Amino acid sequence: MIFNKNLKNILLVVFTTLILSACSTAKKSGNIDGDVYTGKETVKFLASGVPDRIFFATNKSSLTTAARETLRKQATYLRKNKSLNVTIEGHADERGTREYNLALGERRANAAKDYLMTYGISGKRISTISYGKEKPVNPASTPLAWSQNRRSVTVKVN
Amino acid sequence: MKKLIIILIIKVLFIKNTFALIEVDITRGNLDPLPIAVSPLHVDIKSENIEGIKIKELGENISSIIEKNFKATGLFNPLKKEAFVQKPDIAHLKPRFEDWRLIKAQALVTGKLLVKDGKLKVEFRLWDLAAAKEMTALAFTTTPTNWRRVAHIISDKIYERLTGEEGYFDTRIIYVAESGKKNQRVKKLAIMDQDGANTKYLTLGNELVLTPRFNPTSQMVTYMSYFRNMPRVYLLDIETGTQEVVGNFPGMTFAPRFSPDGKKIVMSFAKDGNSDIYTMDLDTRVVERITDHSSIDTSPSFSPDGKFIAFNSDRSGLQQIYVMRSDGSGVKRITFGDGIYGTPVWSPRGDLIAFTKMRKGRFYIGVMRIDGTGERLLTENYYQEAPSWSPNGRVLVFYRETKAGSKGEGFSAKLWSIDITGYNERRLNTETDASDPSWSSLLSK
Repeated sequence: MIFNKNLKNILLVVFTTLILSACSTAKKSGNIDGDVYTGKETVKFLASGVPDRIFFATNKSSLTTAARETLRKQATYLRKNKSLNVTIEGHADERGTREYNLALGERRANAAKDYLMTYGISGKRISTISYGKEKPVNPASTPLAWSQNRRSVTVKVN
Repeated sequence: MKKLIIILIIKVLFIKNTFALIEVDITRGNLDPLPIAVSPLHVDIKSENIEGIKIKELGENISSIIEKNFKATGLFNPLKKEAFVQKPDIAHLKPRFEDWRLIKAQALVTGKLLVKDGKLKVEFRLWDLAAAKEMTALAFTTTPTNWRRVAHIISDKIYERLTGEEGYFDTRIIYVAESGKKNQRVKKLAIMDQDGANTKYLTLGNELVLTPRFNPTSQMVTYMSYFRNMPRVYLLDIETGTQEVVGNFPGMTFAPRFSPDGKKIVMSFAKDGNSDIYTMDLDTRVVERITDHSSIDTSPSFSPDGKFIAFNSDRSGLQQIYVMRSDGSGVKRITFGDGIYGTPVWSPRGDLIAFTKMRKGRFYIGVMRIDGTGERLLTENYYQEAPSWSPNGRVLVFYRETKAGSKGEGFSAKLWSIDITGYNERRLNTETDASDPSWSSLLSK
């Protein structure tokens, strides 16, 4: 019995290690960290070196380190171009209910707006709109596509 | 629509409290549907011709709509007409019960119609073949163009007599018609009869429209539109086509639903990124804030007595379902199961809440009691959500999307229905792809 129990524990440890290693490889692959997109594939630029979008984790609207860096670049750009106004479009992936996703997109757009405002950009220059899951940038049904669709995009309006 | 009905006379010919032997139990899944013979309605040879309607085939066409309705319930098995043993006019007067029993029918529907002076006169009878008795009979007069509704009203009366529950055939479904590529969808409001006939498009597709919902007491609809790129809740009168924005909110309003008396709209308003629940009284235009929380509060749905609101919130971290009094007090979380929950919709009977559940990458439509106990998952799929109740609280309609390929190919969105027993899952016929269905009340109630 004791042997049996030990064997079970050993198997369990081996099994867990296998799962963990599988996870960590999945996390690094395909420009996804955790489930936040880190690649450049869908990104456009407001100006040279100023990406137009940031990416979010599933169901989250908190800003990642990379997102903050992008927004700081946007803030610098907006400070230099004082007459420029922008709309921030908030989006969600397709793996949620439509209404919740509308609220989530709104929250993501406003998270970006709030961060720009902490760098001195007037809220009057920034409008927000949520499209929920209605406007995917990548129409595929894959974790990579969903990570590219969980985004907020800063768009020039004038 | 009620005004359009023009049922001039509804005259019950015979009301008998017969103790019928046949009875359909709809509270559990029905694996043994009741065999029913629907005889074509006899068309009186004195009938006049009406342009655009094939009068000679009208009796046949009405009976086949009734059959389709019955078949779609999963509770009835309409028998093939080739086996029928009596002519429609004779059967309507006096069925030879033993002969009908020979083809294994347990119930028989007979009827006749006459088109005269521009009016359509219809009568029908429902017979219990085992007991050799008439169960119900009804005669009414309407305009000939209403003939499809005649078939639905007859279906409702028979369903009511055999199940003891109100029917749901003389109803309509409003939904979002979808077309185009997955990342360039064109969406229009559309309305159709419950059986997929008479599809009409209510918007042109110039702006994104979402989540239409019927007023339970009238033919008004509330929905969300991105008109002029300002996402707001709108009110639409589907008879006159007039529409107006609901309230004067400085930001996105969404997830609208009517109160059960049809006098209020409950919806979410997103202020500075945070969504809370508000109501607006349609008469007084008074706006009330119902929830005040830093989390997302959305997808509100009134209880049929108007005293409570079920809603979706992520205040505990992930989406869960909560219930509160309609003034916002007494908020209580009711879902604690494994997974996350959205789109609570209160049954018109008041006893159940339908919902969407997401768990391990799969989507479920389910029902639970209003305190969150007795959860039953009715259907599992890759993606499905947004249940809406049939007016009798027996059937749910929802939409389902398929998994797309790497370029979005293979994507589709369709309407499906399922009984709350978990049986009888079926796809609704729509001209285009479809989502966000909302079921109307009975039109002729």
